[in-house]
Amino acid sequence: MIFEHPDRKTADMDEISADVLIVGGGMAAGWAAVAAAKTGAAVVVADKGFMGTSGVTATAGPNHWWVPPDAGRREAAVRKRLETAFGLADPTWMARIIDITWRSIPELEPWYPFSGDGQGGVYRSGLRGPEYLRALRHYATSLGVRILDHHPVLELLARPDGSIGGAAGHDRLADRPWRARAGAVILATGGCAFRSGLLGSYSNTGDGYLMGVEAGAELSGMEFCIAYSISPAWLSTRTLPYTGARFFDAAGRQLDTPGWDRPREYLCSLAAAFRSGPVYADLHEAPRELPGVIREIQPATVAAFERRGLDMFRDRFEVKLFGEGTIRGTGGLRIADACCATSVPGLFAAGDAATREHIAGATSGGGAQNAAWALSSGVLSGQAASSAAARRSHSDRQSRLLSMGGAGLHPTGAVRPVDRKAVVQTAQAEILDPDKALWRSEAKLSMSAKWLEDAWEDVCGSLRGEGLDAVAARETAAMAATARWCNAAALARKESRGMHIREDYPGQDTDWSRRLITGGLETVYTQREEAPVSELAL
Amino acid sequence: MIEILATRCTACNTCVSACPDHVFDVGSPGELPLIARPDQCQTCFLCELYCPQDAIYVAVGDPDAIPRSALDSDPVGRIRHDYGWDGGTDDPLRYFWKLGPLLRQGVEISSARYALLLQAGKENGLREDGAPADAQAP
Repeated sequence: MIFEHPDRKTADMDEISADVLIVGGGMAAGWAAVAAAKTGAAVVVADKGFMGTSGVTATAGPNHWWVPPDAGRREAAVRKRLETAFGLADPTWMARIIDITWRSIPELEPWYPFSGDGQGGVYRSGLRGPEYLRALRHYATSLGVRILDHHPVLELLARPDGSIGGAAGHDRLADRPWRARAGAVILATGGCAFRSGLLGSYSNTGDGYLMGVEAGAELSGMEFCIAYSISPAWLSTRTLPYTGARFFDAAGRQLDTPGWDRPREYLCSLAAAFRSGPVYADLHEAPRELPGVIREIQPATVAAFERRGLDMFRDRFEVKLFGEGTIRGTGGLRIADACCATSVPGLFAAGDAATREHIAGATSGGGAQNAAWALSSGVLSGQAASSAAARRSHSDRQSRLLSMGGAGLHPTGAVRPVDRKAVVQTAQAEILDPDKALWRSEAKLSMSAKWLEDAWEDVCGSLRGEGLDAVAARETAAMAATARWCNAAALARKESRGMHIREDYPGQDTDWSRRLITGGLETVYTQREEAPVSELAL
Repeated sequence: MIEILATRCTACNTCVSACPDHVFDVGSPGELPLIARPDQCQTCFLCELYCPQDAIYVAVGDPDAIPRSALDSDPVGRIRHDYGWDGGTDDPLRYFWKLGPLLRQGVEISSARYALLLQAGKENGLREDGAPADAQAP
């Protein structure tokens, strides 16, 4: 029985104690929980939703960066990826995550129904989302991890010395507050797609970025938040069926859309087409084998059409671009060491909550690299958080804890009603609008900064959610804050690099071959990282 | 738009737990779960996948979703069956390895199509971006 019914919950649920507290319940959280529990730590996972269906992996089917332990092949894999990282990735990190990924996935054997690879072997590099997350849940549970579903975290708790010693949240099924005291905390809260409708991203509202910055952590690479996926206009799905699609305008004229081998041109061309009206996809030229197997590979994709009475391979259908923000972008909490620690003692970051520049640089890691990162950063942070917790003295563990949460919980001014929809719409309009995101400029970004500042001031000064409503208020605050950081970083990076294209600075500038740190609440700061990213010899 | 089928639901409240986005609340004892926050539904079908009774149907595309009765074949239970979670198949992931190759085939198809277009454009005196060869750069 994997479900804990609200009415069976015990009275001690309000005050929780753990060595390692993991915030989030997706892929990175699952691997973090497993890794921490293997070291003997008492581990608690607190997820906003249900660990197994939460996050963007649960609805996906991630392939992992998968290279056998052969020195030559691994070196070649790293070298190839470095070429598209635009100078911001680190070959040492890349090699590490390839290795951790290769060693970790087979551990799921007892819980995941691995099948064939079409060549007589076992297919391990790609796993289907619902089965993958279910397997991680079972694996973690088998190691004694305690899972708190529907326990959104609202804020971090710090010891008087500033180190992180717990978190507080709201149990949304029982509708009551809870607190956890922990030796160390891992933020595995995912990225932020600003409620674009992107499949699986409803709960990915940037909560970890906001909580981390409130606790004193920094962000990195927030300017790299430009990614879109195409889907039927009425529902975001996985993109497998559309890579070979032809596109048409409302008059039935075929568009000269570049192929998927030219990702930016493809995206810009579609974005331009949407300006003139609706765009339709036609899948008659999809790979011939696809119609016969797609139902078994991605049942939900088929349902998106069947339940509208459409035949996806025969009927032309309207499409839309869904913004992916920092989910397929690469920005997130800055990693300050080799083990996924943030700059705040006791606070770690994993998966999309952390920056992925180490392995992807200025371009999207794509599915395979991002999945390998989620897995490995989970493993590394789980191990390191367990060690950090073990180093805490008994008195540290009993110390007084201070609330770190601000916007949405404790407004700086008088509580007033805030139009939350308008706040989120502002974040979407300024960050996700392809015309602003794909062709950035000082003028556009400065104008966006003004709108985002107004939205943030409204949230920060007046918004307060109580009880269950605090969860939604914090989500609104986190999206407003995240949009502000993304925009500030884009404004500060006065060059074009990877997915960040400035019309007013079209060239890549070697002075900018370093990462950009962002943070701050009352005022946002940006700062170039001191050292250029090391060009370590392989 | 979510429909809970009263004739099948046993009020086990699995959907209340399994939904990642807090769409449902537990109902009164022995009663159906409540669809308390339908605006938070992201149409991921995961409640359907987790429902052991096939008692949930998630329609697609509010506000003009097509009623279940108007569809050609009854979609109830289809998600769980297609995922292989109803025990209907021993090897539900037998074709999963094809995801990558099929994705790449699609990329090749769209890329080759565009390459042909560019080729034809060149033959007709057009630049790579489709403008006439003597046009000024944008």
